[in-house]
Amino acid sequence: MVEAIRDAHIVAMERDEKVVVFGQDVGYFGGVFRCTHGLQQRFGKHRCFDSPINESAIVGAAIGMGAYGLRPCVEIQFADYVYPAYDQIVSEAARLRHRSAGDFTAPITIRMPTGGGIFGGQTHSQSPEAIFTHVAGLKTVIPSNPYDAKGLLIASIEDDDPVIFLEPKRLYNGPFDGHHERPIVPWSAHPLGEVPDGHYTVALGTARIHRAGNDLTVLTYGTLVHVAQAAAEETGIDAEIIDLRSLVPLDLATIVESVRKTGRCIVAHEATLTSGFGAELSALVQEHALWSLEAPVVRVTGWDTPYPHAHEWNYFPGPARLGAAMRATLDAR
Amino acid sequence: MSDHIPEAGGEPLRLRIPEPVARPGDPPAFRDLHIDRAGEVRRPPIDVAAADIIDLGADMIRVLDVRGEAVGPWAGTLGADELRAGLRDMLTVRAFDARMLRAHRQGNTSFYMQSLGEEAVSCAHRRALDPRDMCFPTYRQQGLLITAGYPLVDMVNQIYSNSHDPLRGRQLPVMYSSQAAGFFSISGNLGTQFIQAVGWAMASALSSDTRIASAWIGDGATAESDFHSAMVFASTYHAPVILNIVNNQWAISTFQGFARGDSATFASRGHGFGIAALRVDGNDYLAVHAVSSWAAQRARANHGPTLIEWVTYRVGAHSTSDDPTAYRPQDEPSTWPLGDPIERLKNHLIRIGEWSDERHQQCADAVDAVVRAAAEEAERHGTLRSEHSAPSSMFDDVFASMPDHLRRQREQAGY
Repeated sequence: MVEAIRDAHIVAMERDEKVVVFGQDVGYFGGVFRCTHGLQQRFGKHRCFDSPINESAIVGAAIGMGAYGLRPCVEIQFADYVYPAYDQIVSEAARLRHRSAGDFTAPITIRMPTGGGIFGGQTHSQSPEAIFTHVAGLKTVIPSNPYDAKGLLIASIEDDDPVIFLEPKRLYNGPFDGHHERPIVPWSAHPLGEVPDGHYTVALGTARIHRAGNDLTVLTYGTLVHVAQAAAEETGIDAEIIDLRSLVPLDLATIVESVRKTGRCIVAHEATLTSGFGAELSALVQEHALWSLEAPVVRVTGWDTPYPHAHEWNYFPGPARLGAAMRATLDAR
Repeated sequence: MSDHIPEAGGEPLRLRIPEPVARPGDPPAFRDLHIDRAGEVRRPPIDVAAADIIDLGADMIRVLDVRGEAVGPWAGTLGADELRAGLRDMLTVRAFDARMLRAHRQGNTSFYMQSLGEEAVSCAHRRALDPRDMCFPTYRQQGLLITAGYPLVDMVNQIYSNSHDPLRGRQLPVMYSSQAAGFFSISGNLGTQFIQAVGWAMASALSSDTRIASAWIGDGATAESDFHSAMVFASTYHAPVILNIVNNQWAISTFQGFARGDSATFASRGHGFGIAALRVDGNDYLAVHAVSSWAAQRARANHGPTLIEWVTYRVGAHSTSDDPTAYRPQDEPSTWPLGDPIERLKNHLIRIGEWSDERHQQCADAVDAVVRAAAEEAERHGTLRSEHSAPSSMFDDVFASMPDHLRRQREQAGY
């Protein structure tokens, strides 16, 4: 997936010279996860460069560049580090078009690795998507595989609004299904690891049915798409797994259609439970598909604790927890 | 309380909570304000190294002396016609402020912020920029917009949130936006625009453009981390930006000591970043123009950013929601040692034989008429109490195109 993200940068930068890339360690070195590797060598220091360690300034400067007419794509080294930039994102980037009635806009993409599974402790593991989906004027995107990562990133860079682009870091090197005790499976062994050359986009606001099924619907995104797949296989439950890909805008039609078909729904994410995006999904399902539901909507998420280090796998909503929830939902009546 | 007992002879720890020299009831005092005589501070070449003008971060560049003469190495950037235009700009700002304060009292708007006493800073600065340069202002730089020739009626339309409000009733009054007038959308979250200006300037340089950015912040908001963000980025990349600190002494009721302004000048903060830093009499129209021109030339010639502290005084209240007599001596404004910018420029023009009291009165009357006409025209399009843009328009411009969830909410709201 790292290669797909890097490739998306190259495609976007080649097509539009207004695309500039900057952030901590992204220039000469190519990023701590290598997602911008070789961009500076290929496009020069005026298109891809390092920045001081100041997330608020990275985003603030990107907003100014966007107002000028460029299309910056910036990297926050870990989503856990984005909080100093929150004011610039929420009060500035998200509202600039609206408050100036379209006079100024912020067509910027803010990339950041998200989620756990790498023993990163509380400062390298968080999933902060809900603090962005709650903000009017932001789009929030989270791919689960290399094909989508490239198509969504190109679409995000080309989008005229600010996009928060969350990259599940545990997926960088393979489709991690939560079985941390097993060896890493590389993307090369997975059909979604195949990434076409050149330009293509995945439209923001379109979900993908990762696995079609009839027993119940799993609404999820990012790493947990693969965890849900493993849980379905291990329980033998015919789950329909919907990879949302884009949280705002959200593909409500696909969600509603699936829940009406299956009558049961599980919402799964790595982020903490309370006020998480799962709450929004759960509310939407009951608003739009209540009379199809045969069981309560269940949320399977990280616990409402800081992300632990040694107890990472007790925290992470793995296939066992998700599988148990699937069985319980199926048994409920 | 702590159980810790200080050792014999030692004292418990204490914090300094800064206090201004004078509070209500005290005689006003500006004894800590360092002021140089007009004409005494040197004018370095525009490519000077920041390290070679450390003294200019503590001195005060001034051009107009007590007699109204323009003196010293910073004099001579403006001819009489330009000075008269500058005077008219400032008179327009002042008349506009007065009119809008009245409109607020009449209930035509919910809020207003005047710039009484600090008109020279923004008016003279804008005249030193190229029309295509971009300012990232705070809420007290209406002088930039007026000097740039932005229609007064559109400013009033915005303040009234009426049907012709260019911002469609979305923004607090005075939070203007005009790309065409080189005036970035005002946020209201203090300081955020300072780093954005640096980003805009970086983009201009990345695009091999010739335009520069001008960033604005108040003395109080220099305490925000955005100030540091802007300084470190401007310094790191040598961005073509002018970093303006308007030191008007007061941040609502908080005196500048809470932003460390009582310990060192604001200009001196440029030194640690290697940014050229100048401290200037902000009520001296000629000094503001000369230093702004210097900084603009420096930026445009790729010599990097300049930090300028404009020393001025907020004569009026912070906003229509504020009463300064509650926290500073009532007669403090009248004892401000740098005087009034309009009076000083007027006296200079009279001194050089290019103006008279009579012409000044005529000009003030003409400006009043222009402002009155603009306000009346705006009133025909409604005020806060009457006509607004359609409420359904609040759903527009959240995104470039409206996503389904907003469409559903708009329908739900009945539009």
